[in-house]
Amino acid sequence: MAYIPLDDRLPGMRALLAFRPEIAPALMELMQVVMRSNEGLSIGEREMIATYVSALNDCYNCHHIHGEIAQCFFEDRPNLLEQIKNDYSSAPISERLKSILNIAGTVQKSGKWVDSEQIDAAKALGVSDLEIHDTVLIAAMFCFFNRYIDGLGVVSNDTLESLKSRAKIMAEQGYH
Amino acid sequence: MAHIILTENLPGIRGLMAFRPQTAKPLNALAEVLLRSDEGLSKGERELIATYVSSLNDCFFCQNIHGAVAAYYFDEDLVKQVKADHSVADISDKLKALLNIAHRVQMGGKYVQEMQIQEARNAGATDLEIHDTVLIAAAFCMFNRYVDGLGTFAPDDAEMYKMRARKIAEETGYSNSKPN
Repeated sequence: MAYIPLDDRLPGMRALLAFRPEIAPALMELMQVVMRSNEGLSIGEREMIATYVSALNDCYNCHHIHGEIAQCFFEDRPNLLEQIKNDYSSAPISERLKSILNIAGTVQKSGKWVDSEQIDAAKALGVSDLEIHDTVLIAAMFCFFNRYIDGLGVVSNDTLESLKSRAKIMAEQGYH
Repeated sequence: MAHIILTENLPGIRGLMAFRPQTAKPLNALAEVLLRSDEGLSKGERELIATYVSSLNDCFFCQNIHGAVAAYYFDEDLVKQVKADHSVADISDKLKALLNIAHRVQMGGKYVQEMQIQEARNAGATDLEIHDTVLIAAAFCMFNRYVDGLGTFAPDDAEMYKMRARKIAEETGYSNSKPN
């Protein structure tokens, strides 16, 4: 059970936003602006970064839902997100994307751990400043959301079916 | 030097906000709702939580700007005490218990256990105050990583932080603050 009284019919962060509606507009706008853009990183790549960081933080709610959302964008590789959670370095993704996940994984540990060597490696593979900025921001955002959800003891009532159907709607419609 | 080219020579998160105005808007709006409310926790208490978590994350810019805002509401000595060891600082038992929760959140959401929540409740913390504590602590695990993960610079000049803090507290808040 969660540490504060939440509506257990609502999944994950939705239950928290219903408890504290004042914060919902800013939080949802942040999600929408950062996650639902194809400028530089694609929406699928953004969701992949979110999934990877949430898996590192062991946030069950977040890595399951964002993993399913991300998977909607990689239909040609049906188990891609599971592979990335297990070991992205052997997953069938580009070296460019691996260098991006490498930065995201460091941000998960601490902002201070990001070093110029990994940034230079990403830049050498064609990653732009904007993509580096968005990678760091997304990884940092999920260090926030994961802590918010697990820090208040939010429990998941999802089944695989309910996850997949919610993910499909969010992949299509975003976070409005 | 920052990891990306920030054209305007602005410190900390301000350089990033100038680089990417689209994301600056919701980030500022978030800071505003997190920190500029006196419902349950006061503005000063919210800033103390932000400062404490930023200091645990060793984020120089965030702990100095939010420490300066917290000092605006309390005083510099109290902010120093909280950063050094909040368990002996001159603050209420309720705030100590909430800072214990914030510390757990900084380590990872899963480190928060029923025990810390119960201690906060016993000291008089409400559900809303517990919620806001977790939310603020978690949000600063984002802001700190954003600022340090992109290698932004932070000036050493205490007066700059003080001036900026007064402006935030008295005039602009966060939603109307401009990077420069």
